[in-house]
Amino acid sequence: MSDLDQQHPLELDAPRFRVRKPQLRVDKQGALDDAARVTAALGGFVRDFSRATAAHMEACVHCGQCAQACHFYVTTRDPKYTPIWKLEPFKQAYSRQAGPFAWLFRTLNLKPEVTIEELEEWQELIYDSCTMCGRCTMICPMGIDIAGLVGLARHGMFQAGLVPHELWAVAERAKREGSPLGATAKVLKERIEWLADDHDVEIPLDRPHADVIVTLSSIEIMKYPQSIVAMAKVLNHAKASWTLRSEGYEATNFGMLSGNAEWQRESSMKMIQAAIACGAKTLVLPECGHAYGALRWQGANMYGKPLPFRVLHISEFLAENIRNGSIRLKQLGTSLTFHDPCQISRRGGATQAPREIIAALGAELREMPSTGDLNWCCGGGGGVVTIHRADDLRYRAFEIKMRQVEDTGAETLATSCANCRQTFDDGQAHFHWDKKMASLLELVADNLAV
Amino acid sequence: MDLLSFARGPALWASLAILLAGTVWRLWGIFRLAAKEDFSEPRSTRLIAGAWRAIVGGMIPKDEFRNSTTLATSNAYLYHVGLAVIVFGYLPHVYFIERLTGLSWPPLPAAVAYMAVAVTFVSLLIALMYRLTDPVLRLISSFDDYFSWFIVFLPLATGMAAINPPFPSGAAPQTPLAPVPVALHLLSVELLLIWLPFGKLAHSFLVFISRGMTGAECARKGART
Repeated sequence: MSDLDQQHPLELDAPRFRVRKPQLRVDKQGALDDAARVTAALGGFVRDFSRATAAHMEACVHCGQCAQACHFYVTTRDPKYTPIWKLEPFKQAYSRQAGPFAWLFRTLNLKPEVTIEELEEWQELIYDSCTMCGRCTMICPMGIDIAGLVGLARHGMFQAGLVPHELWAVAERAKREGSPLGATAKVLKERIEWLADDHDVEIPLDRPHADVIVTLSSIEIMKYPQSIVAMAKVLNHAKASWTLRSEGYEATNFGMLSGNAEWQRESSMKMIQAAIACGAKTLVLPECGHAYGALRWQGANMYGKPLPFRVLHISEFLAENIRNGSIRLKQLGTSLTFHDPCQISRRGGATQAPREIIAALGAELREMPSTGDLNWCCGGGGGVVTIHRADDLRYRAFEIKMRQVEDTGAETLATSCANCRQTFDDGQAHFHWDKKMASLLELVADNLAV
Repeated sequence: MDLLSFARGPALWASLAILLAGTVWRLWGIFRLAAKEDFSEPRSTRLIAGAWRAIVGGMIPKDEFRNSTTLATSNAYLYHVGLAVIVFGYLPHVYFIERLTGLSWPPLPAAVAYMAVAVTFVSLLIALMYRLTDPVLRLISSFDDYFSWFIVFLPLATGMAAINPPFPSGAAPQTPLAPVPVALHLLSVELLLIWLPFGKLAHSFLVFISRGMTGAECARKGART
């Protein structure tokens, strides 16, 4: 368990887990001694090394351009937020232990050994100040996948018990209860009954057979339940044979975000097995960015073979059904700007789907200056929004988004990620900003042609 | 054996052997690891096209980043192109490569090569100044960065010293008019060849691998590179 349980008790009933004193500090879990933590961190980092990750570790020319792509550097001008610097102890360890000249580096002590103090210092850089948005890869002249390497570094940090406490706690709760925010199967069932009654909409749960299995984000279940209604409305409108399944509905994957590969696999397997159990041909992921990366691009690798069904983000499902005429929409007649969730657009490749939907809604799309695959992250991805001590930093990064949105002059602001939406809502409250983030799915559901 | 014979003979061959062995060893360090099998359903299977798109496209800065990177990128272009012009376009170098490989091509006019020397010289100094003064670069720079800079700058400096007296055009003399500066120049180039596979200068071949792998991965996902 975490040492913070004693030092800084968690407020488990707060909308977000809170630590009463969220100042900069180092969080530790478990009872490993310092040497064991260092060994675990570096071992966890290189354990999943592949040819591509080695190529990326070897390639950096220290040009520093990645800093200019990072919202945390650009808004603070603090060099420590340079993306490649966030990997420094791990680069050091790679050179000494796993690189082609490791024996030379060790014999001549060309790179010092990584210390526990360094890892503690880097906790902030690996977690609080990296949303794994991957914008740095787009500027890197060597094409280094820094976000992917940060993901591996998180594996090491988790093994070492060096995870920011709130992120560790939500990941642990997801492992224990099946949902990071307490959206257990019982809670889901109650919510669905209440929503179906209140909105007079059919929300099928645990149908034995269905062509489409729908998954949800616990942020939607607990904070934006109207999204569940919207999901049901569009699927019913499209006359889809669909269901939610209580054994595999939770799409968020805090195992992945915190760095626990085993918990990541467990979360993914629940959805995979639920889809197989009901014979689904398509699994629809909710408006959640990292859920898309976790299942669309990593799910089959967790399963160990190709998945026997398609995985679509809800925006892809909507675009496909608009294209084939199953979903017909009324014209929105407003101007709209769209915030791309990084894991769906830049790192997921589904950049055009929301734009097709917006065109079908007849909205005037006003793109932000750096958009689509090169969008600026909202600052809350990668689990950062859960880490309270990172709030000030995240708010600074969020200022970029506020400026961009304001500059478009669009009447409506929409996205297709509940985590981005939550980050925007939090930023809106913090800055007393008069813009409200809308869900693209809900816009579609509200404008279905009868 | 005089210094020039040493530089043209054993030192040259030894440096080329180290360059080759070091390159192979460094590449082995990457390719000995398994490529992870990816079972996800690809959006596109044109991975090689994606790799090439990233390799070639990576040479052109994206519009979205132009404001912040124009100076550094332009300067990097200057010394990369400048070095290429000097190495492959200057008459004595063409003769040198011909002696070594049997391949030759028409050299560029000497004035162009001298202009490239001047531009590269200034450009490398700007790169160093930038590294020493920019807070990001100062933080992330290591011995490799400064030593690699020195190793690239040294042949340029020794080469400039070897230019005088000017190389007579039209024929390649067996013995240069100034053998010691030429020998020192050769030795400095050989030092570069020896260091190249071990430090960041290895980006000359690693760039194809890292950009290519990212390009292939993005193509698989249907994402832009």
